[in-house]
Amino acid sequence: MAYTEQELKKELETKEYEYGFYTDIESDTFPIGLSEEIVIAISKKKNEPKWMTDWRVEAYRVWEKMKEPEWANVRYQKPDFQAISYYSAPKKADPNKKLEDVDPELLEMYKKLGISIDEQKKLQNVAVDIVVDSVSVATTFKKTLAEKGIIFMPISEAIQEYPELVRKYMGTVVPTTDNFYAALNSAVFTDGSFCYIPKGVRCPMELSTYFRINQAGTGQFERTLVVADEGSYVSYLEGCTAPSRDENQLHAAVVELIAMDDAEIKYSTVQNWFPGNKEGKGGVYNFVTKRAICEKNAKVSWTQVETGSAVTWKYPSCILKGDNSIGEFYSIAVTNNYQQADTGTKMIHLGKNTRSTIISKGISAGKSQNSYRGLVQVSSRADNARNFSQCDSLLMGNECGAHTFPYIEAKNKSAMIEHEATTSKIGEDQIFYCNQRGIDTEKAIALIVNGFSKEVLNKLPMEFAVEAQKLLEISLEGSVG
Amino acid sequence: MLKIKDLHASVEGKGILKGINLEVGAGEVHAIMGPNGSGKSTLASVIAGNETYEVTAGDIFLDGESIEDFSPEERAHNGVFLSFQYPVEIPGVSVTNFMKTAINESRKAKGIEDMPAKDMLKLIREKSELLEIDRKFLSRSLNEGFSGGEKKRNEIFQMAMLEPKLAILDETDSGLDIDALRIVANGVNKLKSKDNAVVVITHYQRLLEYIVPDFVHVLYNGKIVKSGTKELAMELEEKGYDWIKQEAAV
Repeated sequence: MAYTEQELKKELETKEYEYGFYTDIESDTFPIGLSEEIVIAISKKKNEPKWMTDWRVEAYRVWEKMKEPEWANVRYQKPDFQAISYYSAPKKADPNKKLEDVDPELLEMYKKLGISIDEQKKLQNVAVDIVVDSVSVATTFKKTLAEKGIIFMPISEAIQEYPELVRKYMGTVVPTTDNFYAALNSAVFTDGSFCYIPKGVRCPMELSTYFRINQAGTGQFERTLVVADEGSYVSYLEGCTAPSRDENQLHAAVVELIAMDDAEIKYSTVQNWFPGNKEGKGGVYNFVTKRAICEKNAKVSWTQVETGSAVTWKYPSCILKGDNSIGEFYSIAVTNNYQQADTGTKMIHLGKNTRSTIISKGISAGKSQNSYRGLVQVSSRADNARNFSQCDSLLMGNECGAHTFPYIEAKNKSAMIEHEATTSKIGEDQIFYCNQRGIDTEKAIALIVNGFSKEVLNKLPMEFAVEAQKLLEISLEGSVG
Repeated sequence: MLKIKDLHASVEGKGILKGINLEVGAGEVHAIMGPNGSGKSTLASVIAGNETYEVTAGDIFLDGESIEDFSPEERAHNGVFLSFQYPVEIPGVSVTNFMKTAINESRKAKGIEDMPAKDMLKLIREKSELLEIDRKFLSRSLNEGFSGGEKKRNEIFQMAMLEPKLAILDETDSGLDIDALRIVANGVNKLKSKDNAVVVITHYQRLLEYIVPDFVHVLYNGKIVKSGTKELAMELEEKGYDWIKQEAAV
């Protein structure tokens, strides 16, 4: 069910009275509201070392003095940060719940996406009866990783097991003071993933392929830290093509990537949070800070397919610190109905001979607004920096909007920066042409959209790309009358 | 096979077709000629079901069944094919992918399973050889950056792939040099059979030297004002359209 903000507020109001403020912090859900005490309580709940607690508190103190940014091209009612509960224990599978109890509309969508029954059950908190398979797969998987010295675990576990590693790198790419949402996340993050690839190791599998669903429930303040040591390689998949009807309205995640000398990280995301209903009610606010730092000869590629959320604010960026480092950003952002997306990237060229590529594809339908916002910055000592940016927008119908805000700051004369932008509309003539060949309008739109997005879809790992393609079709279903 | 009865059609309230009557039998080739603005392309679009045009009176029958209420894709599933005068570009969609989708959508409408990849490849190979099409061409984005000749050849390639009952070629000769014209015409001739029919819409007689029509109709001011055999096309080539206009004015 779509949940309106009013309903959420009402529910939270009543909760406040139910629990009061200083209830037992051992309970599974914290009282609503945010304070230093709550931050400390979260840390305590998770049995964190003192440095972690201090770090959170410091972030909280910074956040308190910050203002929610307003420069993005999005309009929404600001969340009341004192009306949110900042900790709730992970949901357990309900042993009495059966797949038959789940909304058939949702099941239909899963079927279209080709999601297995097991996965469907996990998504809906239905107890899985055939666990043997997935457990054994996961065990084999873990063993393979361990043999190579790869660490891949929830960040809360990593804080316990590898505190030095986490402490050394966390907040080095996205400092607690970075921005309003990053500060908030730093103070209250509940979980996320930690990944470390040792020197010279090539991770033999797409990380999180098997954990895709397990990780889907990590909650609204997710924190991810990926460290690729010298000469290593990892491809990391995040998110899920399955529609996630999370009841949390606000999501503020932080992702930090560290690619050391000669390392390479590929980070792929498919985001499909609940976008709100056709009238624009409900839906998730997705305010994410993602950034990578590239040392000498390192390479980071961000690939994202964004189809969900009511409001998206997200700029996966690369700091090209080392000489000869490479940053790439490939993005498809789809907005339909009343969705709003302000997304893009920042490529900060600090080292010599650094290169960056930006390919952004925005698809707007319904009454949605879709903005690309990108910054290419070349510092004075970044000799021979090169950037190529391409921003294409595809419009469907007459009521949506596409906007492009490219910022370029070059302080070095040897910089070469290219920017190309196109805006096109799915034309009636294109649709009729397809119709005449026996292809109905829905399918025709899917075909045109897939063609438009191909350059980005091709960057996704194979199995993900197939799902993402289907997801694009579903997201735009019924968008042409 | 095709029967058009007193067809009237307009766009934005302006009447373009003003009572077309036409019968095309299986195995026949008909040419529709006429000066610019006489309604030739409109007739092609209306038969294909383009909703930009409003049919105000009359009816279109395919094998005795009225197709007036059919959507464009339903008409396609029933064997109507239109070779466009200006084929549109679809960036990022290869010719092969487009054809695969078109064929499988038609099969789906008929309740047949998708064509196996092996058969699809074989069909593509066969038809591209027939039309002397380089295989590399098939992996390019549909019509994107194609020359005029390539676009038209691609239209006929699609016709070959879809094997329609009724093919309407709208100004297929425009923008073609003589070699391309010959290849396209040869393709059409090879695809002709006693079971299908071809309607060639053209301004000039040139194409009709290669695709020889059984009947020629002259369209003027939204009506067929004269019908005859291929000799009529020669006469038009010689004398132009003025005499037709004068005759019609009387």
